[in-house]
Amino acid sequence: MDSCNCIEPQWPPDDLLMKYQYISDFFIALAYFSIPLELIYFVKKSAVFPYRWVLVQFGAFIVLCGATHLINLWTFTMHTRTVAMVMTTAKVFTAVVSCATALMLVHIIPDLLSVKTRELFLKNKAAELDREMGLIRTQEETGRHVRMLTHEIRSTLDRHTILKTTLVELGRTLALEECALWMPTRTGLELQLSYTLRQQNPVGYTVPIHLPVINQVFSSSHAVKISPKCPVARIRPAGKYMPGEVVAVRVPLLHLSNFQINDWPELSTKRYALMVLMLPSDSARQWHVHELELVEVVADQVAVALSHAAILEESMRARDLLMEQNVALDLARREAETAIRARNDFLAVMNHEMRTPMHAIIALSSLLQETELTPEQRLMVETILKSSNLLSTLINDVLDLSRLEDGSLQLDLGTFNLFAVFREVLNLIKPIASVKKLHVSLNLAPDLPEYAIGDEKRLMQTILNVIGNAVKFSKEGSISITAFVAKSELLRDSRTPEFFPVPSDNHFYLRVQVKDSGVGISPQDIPKLFTKFAQTQSTATRNSGGSGLGLAICKRFVNLMEGHIWIESEGLGKGCTAIFMVKLGIPERLNEPKLPFMPKVPTNHGPTAFPGLKVLVMDENGVSRMVTKGLLVHLGCDVTMVSSSEECLRVVSHEHKVVFMDVCVPGMDGYEVAIRINEKFTKRHERPIIVALTGNTDKVTKENCMRVGMDGIILKPVSLDKMRSVLSDLLEHRVLFEAI
Amino acid sequence: MELVQIQRRLVDYTKSLFMEGFLDAQFLQLQQLQDDSNPDFVFEVVSLFFEDSEKLLNELTIALDQPNVDFKKLDSHVHQLKGSSSSIGAQRVKNACIAFRNYCDVQNIEGCLTCLQQVKQECYLVKNKFETLFRLEQQIMASGGSVPTIELGF
Repeated sequence: MDSCNCIEPQWPPDDLLMKYQYISDFFIALAYFSIPLELIYFVKKSAVFPYRWVLVQFGAFIVLCGATHLINLWTFTMHTRTVAMVMTTAKVFTAVVSCATALMLVHIIPDLLSVKTRELFLKNKAAELDREMGLIRTQEETGRHVRMLTHEIRSTLDRHTILKTTLVELGRTLALEECALWMPTRTGLELQLSYTLRQQNPVGYTVPIHLPVINQVFSSSHAVKISPKCPVARIRPAGKYMPGEVVAVRVPLLHLSNFQINDWPELSTKRYALMVLMLPSDSARQWHVHELELVEVVADQVAVALSHAAILEESMRARDLLMEQNVALDLARREAETAIRARNDFLAVMNHEMRTPMHAIIALSSLLQETELTPEQRLMVETILKSSNLLSTLINDVLDLSRLEDGSLQLDLGTFNLFAVFREVLNLIKPIASVKKLHVSLNLAPDLPEYAIGDEKRLMQTILNVIGNAVKFSKEGSISITAFVAKSELLRDSRTPEFFPVPSDNHFYLRVQVKDSGVGISPQDIPKLFTKFAQTQSTATRNSGGSGLGLAICKRFVNLMEGHIWIESEGLGKGCTAIFMVKLGIPERLNEPKLPFMPKVPTNHGPTAFPGLKVLVMDENGVSRMVTKGLLVHLGCDVTMVSSSEECLRVVSHEHKVVFMDVCVPGMDGYEVAIRINEKFTKRHERPIIVALTGNTDKVTKENCMRVGMDGIILKPVSLDKMRSVLSDLLEHRVLFEAI
Repeated sequence: MELVQIQRRLVDYTKSLFMEGFLDAQFLQLQQLQDDSNPDFVFEVVSLFFEDSEKLLNELTIALDQPNVDFKKLDSHVHQLKGSSSSIGAQRVKNACIAFRNYCDVQNIEGCLTCLQQVKQECYLVKNKFETLFRLEQQIMASGGSVPTIELGF
């Protein structure tokens, strides 16, 4: 027998086992082939699968395993050597691939596991972000609510509206059950329930301010959770449910004085109100942090809004007060003006009313003096005259003083002889002084200019007053008067620090000192000397008479002359010295012939400036016509006179160089004549110069003259020099406009 | 009397007229216009003034006597008088005229009457003064002297 190479495992005696093996192998192969198919199918379905290579490997591994089992099927029966070879190859491949797969899986499986962890991690992260976003959204909502709330609060400046709006909006935003505001009372010792959300009219329910819970809230700038059982929170009637959580926050009540620029407002001096917020009962809601923050922010805003409202109230009150005061001041001013006007009217009328009879008395008594009188009668008349002169002086003084105070007095400046003024005063004083046996001496410094520019009359009045006082208050002794030019060292007197005289080239300061040996003045009376109507109380002075106005007037005159006057005295019985300084101008050149004290030669001394100048004078008034004619004739003009407008128009010709017409006569229209003359002479060089003579130069007259084409206005009365200068100006420039 | 004394008297008298307000600076102007070619200028002007004023005063009296007083006419007359008096320097007459005009403006007959009286009185006074003045001047001229001019220092 030959040994055959083929294995003949013919159906072994155990057929059943063989059969079951056979079947299992078949199914295994099937499964092994279908698994990769499933995998491929599902992986293709899924979008992303990073381990394709692994899949292939796995697939190959499974397929080969399946192949192995499949080939195994043939090995149950007799099989050829080929089959055995295939089987072996398959098994070898399978072994290789499965080993490779096993090796690869060592790397792959941890990765796959970590994927799972990462997935879990990401899920957590997503959940967290969701939560956070929810939070942010709520915060943004809150922020929006706060902005809206603030806007609501700040859009009104009414305190009540602000607070009510706050409560309403807070209640709405936070869905509160109750919201209440406790304000401190005026005494500051209690908190009073002022506003609530749900209850319409809160009863005046008060709570003492020094409760520990309130102190706790006031001492912190945050919202503080308080117990629902504390007095400030027990606003609602107790329900059967669990009350919700309560939070309280302080609302600072700021005053303007709290805001200091350099430091923050003092915390200790602040007053607070208390805002209590209650969550709905039985809702299991809790106060969240963001809600508390919202409450705090709102509380601050309310504080600011309230302070604005308070400031506004203050400023409105101040403004109302100011308006009232303004009205009152206006009224007072108008009353004062009316009073001043009334006084001025009164003075003007009284002045005239008083002066007229005074003049009559003085005039007639002086006339009477010249008639034949017995000695007693003469004495009586002299007394009458003296008294009325005194009264006249008094009236003048009063009028002068009131004009001085109004500021309506102006100095009449002119050149005058200074020496003459002093001599005149001396002459006036000598009689009285000799009666009182007082020795009067005058000392004029050698450098005192003879002529000066100033108000002669008022200077004389001042000197007379001062010297008169010296004489009046001296019963015996002597009076010495010195006058000199004040040099700059002497100008600054330490006793008169407020007087700063400034010497200049065309001015000098005249300093006059009057020393007397009379009763003197006590130092405390010296300041009163220059006040009106004030007199020293000593009986000596009271008997001397006088109204007390003299020195006051002098002071004002001296002030007008930019000077200073004062009195020094060492005391009662030691005499006194009156000193004053006034500013006078220095005349530049030596005097014109019109000045006094040059003997006037009664001949034609002025140059005949306008020989043969043909002039026409139109004036209805005979006397003034004659005077004007006299003036012009004196200046050498050839004068034609007319007394009416028709005559004027008839006579006027191109030969007349100037026409003077009086325009202040009502009823005679000088303006009309001017217009006609203008019409008559069309060529400008033929037309005579037209000058108006008038008694007033108010604006209306001036405008009228200009309107009708006149070349100038002269104010009557006209002096010789004025006429001369007017004519020379006119002929030189052909236009004047105004000569006062 | 001696010439110097009369001259002195004239000067004093004239000064007193100024002091008492009868005359003002305008009168001095008039005096300046008097010269050799016009030796009686002042006298002529003053005489003219008095003629004028007499006429005007008569007119005024008549006008105020009427039952219906014509204030316009009154005013124009007073204006004339004022103008004349100010031209010769009769200060008090001028002032009285100003007051008169004020009353005319407000049409106060009582006031006007009073003022008229005043003006008349002033005119009368100043006329007397002038007459004395001219008499003195004539005396000086007759004695062969010349009229001294007035100093303004007062």
